[in-house]
Amino acid sequence: MQREIFITETNIITPLGFDVATNIQNIENKISGIQLHHDKKFSENPFFGAMINGEELDAAFGKISSSSEFTRLEKMMILALHPIVKTVPDQNTAFLLSTTKGNITELENKSELPESAYLQNLAKKIADFFNFKTEPIVISNACVSGILAVATAKRLIEANLYDDAYVVAGDEFSEFVFSGFSLFQALSDKPCKPYDSSRNGLNLGEATAAVYITSDKSLAKKGDIKIIGDGAINDANHISGPSRTGEGLVRSIESAFKESGIQASQIDYISAHGTATIYNDEMEAIAFNRLGMKNVPLNSMKGFYGHTLGASGLLETVIGIESARKNRLFISLGFDEIGVSESVNIIAENQDSDIKYFLKTASGFGGCNTAVIFEKI
Amino acid sequence: MEEIKTYITAYCKIEKNQISLDGETVFHSEELSFQDFSKKSYQQFELNYPKFFKMDNLSKLAFLASEIILKGNLESERENNIALLFANKSSSLDTDVKYQKSISDKNEYFPSPGVFVYTLANICMGEISIKNQFKSENCFFIFDAFNSQFMADYGNLLLKTGKAEKVLCAWTELYQEEYQVFMCLVSKEGNLENTAENLEKLYKR
Amino acid sequence: MEALKLELKEKIIKVLNLEDIAVEDVNDDDALFGDGLGLDSIDALELIVMLDKDYGIKLLDPKEGKSIFQSINSMAAYITEHRTK
Repeated sequence: MQREIFITETNIITPLGFDVATNIQNIENKISGIQLHHDKKFSENPFFGAMINGEELDAAFGKISSSSEFTRLEKMMILALHPIVKTVPDQNTAFLLSTTKGNITELENKSELPESAYLQNLAKKIADFFNFKTEPIVISNACVSGILAVATAKRLIEANLYDDAYVVAGDEFSEFVFSGFSLFQALSDKPCKPYDSSRNGLNLGEATAAVYITSDKSLAKKGDIKIIGDGAINDANHISGPSRTGEGLVRSIESAFKESGIQASQIDYISAHGTATIYNDEMEAIAFNRLGMKNVPLNSMKGFYGHTLGASGLLETVIGIESARKNRLFISLGFDEIGVSESVNIIAENQDSDIKYFLKTASGFGGCNTAVIFEKI
Repeated sequence: MEEIKTYITAYCKIEKNQISLDGETVFHSEELSFQDFSKKSYQQFELNYPKFFKMDNLSKLAFLASEIILKGNLESERENNIALLFANKSSSLDTDVKYQKSISDKNEYFPSPGVFVYTLANICMGEISIKNQFKSENCFFIFDAFNSQFMADYGNLLLKTGKAEKVLCAWTELYQEEYQVFMCLVSKEGNLENTAENLEKLYKR
Repeated sequence: MEALKLELKEKIIKVLNLEDIAVEDVNDDDALFGDGLGLDSIDALELIVMLDKDYGIKLLDPKEGKSIFQSINSMAAYITEHRTK
């Protein structure tokens, strides 16, 4: 008998708040976490980015631990997980951690490579805090990591290798990444505008997100989410630019549909990747059109959070879950006028709408893509 | 899930200036830096893929192993649905450290986009996908050491759920001059079952 | 300008890791991108960095790169006119 897999707990730590409810309130009020920053560490000129307030972070962390051993990213991850670890984890509980660069800021001003730079060490510190019993499974697969971790957890539980899983995803705003995106001419000089005709790049962000995934149906309440299909297929085109035909994304979504047993016409909402770079958004529009989904209400959350890298797939999934729970489509912030060659249905205002099935997609450097289909129970 | 059986049908190892395929040494050189060793290997196997020289060391290592293991194992008539399941300990730290160095001095500040793009471990899978046109499942994991149980289990589930027809599993670890790749091709037909025990045996051989 | 053209060929081969190519293989008017030398988008970004680092030219609009980097000839002409180093 095929196991059913549910997400029953969620939490996020972002510039828009340290719990889901506060984040949703800000989204309803169209308040973005992206601000103009003046910090010569990152840039000679002021720049737009979404950063978590350090004092607020430390204050929140101080309420759950007095330890000074944790890096900033570790604190963010622990804060994300803390309220949702309600079971006693055992040998059948998987722990998955998604990040692209982990404690990369620890490399600054160091002559030797610090132990904290190793991603398994980061994961072990988090695991020890919560007394997780199994070896952490770390996923580091560019910007799809957050949603790929959800797909991986679901696959492992479905295969009876585990019964449940805690998944945490996160990345920090770093000089390392900021400088790199700057080199790639990928940063916008204004708040980002996914799918818009005047879009000219992304804003960097930071966040952590955590979910609890289980095969235990008794823990699933009405309004919880079932994971019903996934796919994570490479474009095989270029290591830093997406396929012009959206090949990998199309195949990832098709693979998810095949598994889910539902049709494209049944999808009520798409939480897309929408980084606001010229190429990414164009590729997505082509992909969704190829799949006959050009009329499905679609948004990118990057207008609220910037691009949170390894956190983005999971953070945006959590927001998608709230959308489904509330039957509410959230605005794709930053969008004014369509600027992609194939038409897509960008959500222009917060509005009510029945949502039973939704699709989350992500794409990243290396030609990777991931798609997961969710069903509200 | 269907009752599909899975088998290790080929394996390649590269470490300490030596390359072996299915347990037999196919190339070795005197002690060289990885950069020089990888170049010699490229020439030895007549790889004819100039993009190789743009890759960082982690990608070169993984790419070399993939070329050697896949030779003769690819279908030419149709697409190959070979998933890539890779893992290592150091992620892309070898390149990360180089890149960090290039941004640390504001007076000598000329970081390279060609270096930055390799500061993600999964790029090495992207390179293999591009060369072979593998439009397939990819995932890059980080473990402390080669995790034969996980690699066997995850490889098997990809095949048993129909997400792939074959899996290229690899432990592809590199940090400066310490490198090791152990790569296996897992298929639905063969002789040696894809189990943690068998993977461990081949890894240690 | 001849010395600059030679210098550019050497730099491009080195900076872009064009292993199998020698200076003699690159003609002054060969297309650098597309069918000619086959450079790609990351190479273009590297050339933009090179313009800044070696010749003190900051390209404000990266789209200009397309015409500047068309060939060794176009690069040499642009650099000669705009270099500050």
